[in-house]
Amino acid sequence: MGELLELTVAEAAARISAGDVSADEYFEAWREAAAGDELNAYLWRAEEGGDATEGPLAGIPVAVKDIFCTEGVPTTAASRIIEGYRPPYTATAVRRLQEAGAGLLGKTNMDEFAMGSSNENSAYGPVLNPWDRGRVPGGSSGGSAAVVAAGLAPCAIGTDTGGSIRQPASLCGIVGLKPTYGAVSRYGMIAFASSLDQCGPLTRDVADAALMLNVLQGRDRCDSTSVGIEGGVEVPTREDLKGLRFAVPAELGQDAIEPGVRTVFEATLATIERLGGEIAEVPLPHAEHGISAYYVIAPAEASSNLARYDGVRYGMRAKGDGDLLEMYESTRAAGFGDEVKRRIMLGTYALSSGYYEAYYGQAQKVRTKISADFDAAFERVDFVVTPTSPSVAFGLGEKTADPLAMYMNDFFTVPMSLAGIPAISIPAGLAEPDGGGPDLPVGFQIAAPAFAEQRLLDAAHALESAIGFDSRSGEGDGG
Amino acid sequence: MIDREQVLHVARLARLRLSEAELEQMAGELSGILQHVDRIAELDLDEVPPTSHVIELENVLRADEPRPSWPRDVVLEQAPDPSDGAFRVPSPQAE
Repeated sequence: MGELLELTVAEAAARISAGDVSADEYFEAWREAAAGDELNAYLWRAEEGGDATEGPLAGIPVAVKDIFCTEGVPTTAASRIIEGYRPPYTATAVRRLQEAGAGLLGKTNMDEFAMGSSNENSAYGPVLNPWDRGRVPGGSSGGSAAVVAAGLAPCAIGTDTGGSIRQPASLCGIVGLKPTYGAVSRYGMIAFASSLDQCGPLTRDVADAALMLNVLQGRDRCDSTSVGIEGGVEVPTREDLKGLRFAVPAELGQDAIEPGVRTVFEATLATIERLGGEIAEVPLPHAEHGISAYYVIAPAEASSNLARYDGVRYGMRAKGDGDLLEMYESTRAAGFGDEVKRRIMLGTYALSSGYYEAYYGQAQKVRTKISADFDAAFERVDFVVTPTSPSVAFGLGEKTADPLAMYMNDFFTVPMSLAGIPAISIPAGLAEPDGGGPDLPVGFQIAAPAFAEQRLLDAAHALESAIGFDSRSGEGDGG
Repeated sequence: MIDREQVLHVARLARLRLSEAELEQMAGELSGILQHVDRIAELDLDEVPPTSHVIELENVLRADEPRPSWPRDVVLEQAPDPSDGAFRVPSPQAE
């Protein structure tokens, strides 16, 4: 049984297709592993499934962030306001996985409506980091990252609006990929910020991320912004970085980065050079305004998207004997958590009469400048690289009192989201946290031009092979 | 920056009831966030076009063909207070 769980997704699917491993046995092994979750990472677990023996993901159990609608299976977005909701349909991303032979293993915990960077905003309690249960797994796809890191699922999907796949992947020591906006359908993905939300894989290695992306991507008539990746992507095999140019943002020297993270980042740059890659520097002068622009645009879109939760069509309704308006107000007061309320308020304020141009209009212009900075950079280099997160996993409760400090976790991931470009986080090593304690994973972020996923995956694979990080070392404390 | 009265006004727009304690806390937290966000107000971007979306798509069309929708009972099954094949809500006007 244990040996089955050691296989990568690519290896397992190949063996199941060849008839060497039984799909039932494989699924059962993972179901038992998932049953041992002590991290509060799953909100729902499958009783059975995964009997497909054909397709690129034949018999592969997948953990799905609880923001994806799954027919007949509870879907909460980790919010009380839609408690008990059982969608009448399945999200396109999940359906595509199922059509490729995968089975639903479970639904994973997350920050409520994907708003958060620590998983502490879940209505169902925080997920614990498998490397150190006193620390956060990152967010908002913290459950999806934790189950893969802890050996409670072979792979997972999540959503990334400003870093919600990459940052938890970084903090849990696994691979997380945010595809180009438009690569994967958003149909059936509960909306947070529609111009930014994108689905992507969280996996143990880059090859598995490529395998999953190739299944997930594609045009969908139910999402007019889904255009897919022309030609799809192939599983990467590249082992060198010859002829490729990697740029570090010129401003990175002044940015607040934990010393341990900076050391691992610099060592990774040396590894790139050893593999034949070239390190350059490019100015990204507007990236530092990414957080400001993002925390106007995303809450503005969220305030609009979350208007639908009014206690009428689905979810909960607060008890009371007042009029309709009172019912709306008390349902939303009881159903939403603090961070969701904060973002609805921020977004409503930014869109309100008299402030629209100053906040929303200006933020959209900053977005244009951030995209233009990346365009200029990609005329000179192939990739832009940064640490994924300014720090390793921080302690539970450490940043909950200061929303702005929490938002700064997204400092390096938000610019790519605003520009809509693909970015991957791969584990690059371990570092001692500020304030001491056992070493924790550090993620390395690589960003590429829109729809250059193949080139991104090829380079990430070569770098991953040279780094040789053991993504399973977080499992000891997993459950 | 943003005072209690403004918070109350925005909360009404957003259909959120906030307790006294929440109002005070929200005023402080929103002010802190907006103070940081205000740094972009200093950038000279008058000539810069806004980006509302990164993919430039225009008029994505499909044939307007009738197809079955969800059965009424399937949809109503999710509602907190279904009644006579419809969503029942409190009266819009207080009695």
